[in-house]
Amino acid sequence: MRLCGLWEEVELPMMNQEHDDIFEIGGKKLTSRLFTGTGKYSSDALIPDVLVKSGAQVITVALRRVDFDADTDNVMKHIPKHVILLPNTSGARTADEAVRIARLARAAGCGNWIKIEVISDSTYLLPDGYETAKATEILAKEGFVVFPYINPDLMVARSLVNAGASAVMPLGSPIGSNRGLRTREMIRILIDEISLPIIVDAGIGRPSQACEAMEMGAAACLVNTAISSAGDPVTMAMAFGEAVKAGRRAYLAGPGVVNEKASASSPLTGFLK
Amino acid sequence: MSFYPYMKQYDPKDMESFVQNVKPDDVRRVLAKHRLEPMDYLTLLSPVATAFLEDMARKAHEMTVRQFGKTILLYTPMYLSDHCVNQCRYCGFNASISLSRSRLSLDDVDREAAVVSRTGLKHILILTGESRSKSSPEYIGECVQRLARYFTSIAIEVYPLETFEYVDLVNKGVDALTLYQETYDESLYDTLHISGPKKNYLYRLNTPERACQAGMRAVNIGALLGLDIFHRDTFMTGLHAWYLQRNYPEVDISVSFPRMRPHAGAFSPEHPVADKEMVQAVTALRLFMPRSGITLSTRETAEFRNNILPLGITKMSAGSCTQVGGRSKSDAATGQFDISDERSVEEMAIDLAARGYQPVYKDWEPLSVFDEAV
Repeated sequence: MRLCGLWEEVELPMMNQEHDDIFEIGGKKLTSRLFTGTGKYSSDALIPDVLVKSGAQVITVALRRVDFDADTDNVMKHIPKHVILLPNTSGARTADEAVRIARLARAAGCGNWIKIEVISDSTYLLPDGYETAKATEILAKEGFVVFPYINPDLMVARSLVNAGASAVMPLGSPIGSNRGLRTREMIRILIDEISLPIIVDAGIGRPSQACEAMEMGAAACLVNTAISSAGDPVTMAMAFGEAVKAGRRAYLAGPGVVNEKASASSPLTGFLK
Repeated sequence: MSFYPYMKQYDPKDMESFVQNVKPDDVRRVLAKHRLEPMDYLTLLSPVATAFLEDMARKAHEMTVRQFGKTILLYTPMYLSDHCVNQCRYCGFNASISLSRSRLSLDDVDREAAVVSRTGLKHILILTGESRSKSSPEYIGECVQRLARYFTSIAIEVYPLETFEYVDLVNKGVDALTLYQETYDESLYDTLHISGPKKNYLYRLNTPERACQAGMRAVNIGALLGLDIFHRDTFMTGLHAWYLQRNYPEVDISVSFPRMRPHAGAFSPEHPVADKEMVQAVTALRLFMPRSGITLSTRETAEFRNNILPLGITKMSAGSCTQVGGRSKSDAATGQFDISDERSVEEMAIDLAARGYQPVYKDWEPLSVFDEAV
């Protein structure tokens, strides 16, 4: 069975940006640190333009929603050949279900990257860290490049490191909420403590928030709803591409010194001079 | 667990008094809230809240696009059998109505499925009247196994079953249940259901919960609007959905707002629901339950469906037919109700695209398919 036959090993084209900041992950070298998705578009035909304008080289797709029978309207047909597919296990409620979906993704020719989403709460759509870690361990042993989507919890993130994950994808706020980096402090802890790339996924609503995540030291951001639900998704995609680049540059440059208050002209320790 | 004692906390007289005493500032306060409680939902269903419909609609639209995107999931109903032992005053399949009744054979099911699947739809809703002898759970299960060759999501809208029967159907490929309480008013329910197993109010009320316990992925509930005063049944439907979602967080709970249409029997709804009230119901529910699916059936006209679409709707039927064998047989019987939106799947897809929405034909795949493929 081969359903994603288009996604052969291809050399990723270098985007027109700096080539000296390469994001190496899962055996690939990426020049864009914006990942995007395929969901919620008014038309899948927008996807190629979104990818071109944003520069994104990785796109996640919910395997359970792909209609491989459709001759005319299949989301896969709108994904250019050079873009890396990141199939996700959306719809999985347990580790076992996630593992089964991942195996099909690989058998279908969608490559060995997999984003683990295990969600058993329909109200908040928050991920199940325990089941996610279990699925990560099984799939990493089977040779998958595993991108687990989690609440930004340090202990869960550590268990994912031990389980063989290739990155950790903490949510900025509940998925689809566009509420921004509500979990900022927890994400900062993951960036400081976890050796794997931290890719902020879910909840980013505006380019400025993606920029902030990158300034903080996130390795990449995954943005879908904020682009697909925008008035003009293609222009918004471009804005996100630029914001992620700007944030990354700022992180690499190192922030300037920030003084919380003005310096007193007669400091209390002035007598020491 | 049962919804019954929970709903009994909401005394109809108190609720009526509450609804009649809602002030404009109460509505404004609710509209400013981040998370709504049941009484906030009732506030939005009050007559006073109709003055805020535009505000509700804007908020509902924004919340729906954020959560579901600019997409509408399409499905179609398939009637397997119109044999029915119930006498429900409002129903076109009422046992006392003289109809030429029929049941699809498994080969008929194949033929109907082939016709539907040529439209590209992957989600089907199968329906039967209530007759354990003519459309037994075993028969329904056999139909499901045939349909699984054509569709990736099979929902059932059949008479209430026991939990173990739902488990069996889930194992055969059913992933979703639709079941309408018709009305939540117990005495009105008793009056409307003259005879037959459906007369058992409590058994029906607990059915969605049995389906949740049986491992159904999605459960869709609703009341038949027009039977009772608008805000009563819309409130109880929302409360029921809220209760189910809290107790079964792993299940996707969604709501339909079927509005009474003309049918073969001569029943006129006592409390006809106006378009304005439909908008109020859909937008209020969206604000109350931001992540719940909301379904709109072909009982509504194409024009009304087009207009209400952006206000919270996530799922619509298309290419509908309420007759048994209506798609493949030339001698198909009378339908359960008259459909008002007769657009084909293709026409619906074109209209949705023209309004900036993507028609979604598939958003689910059973895991068994995955296992076979690997």
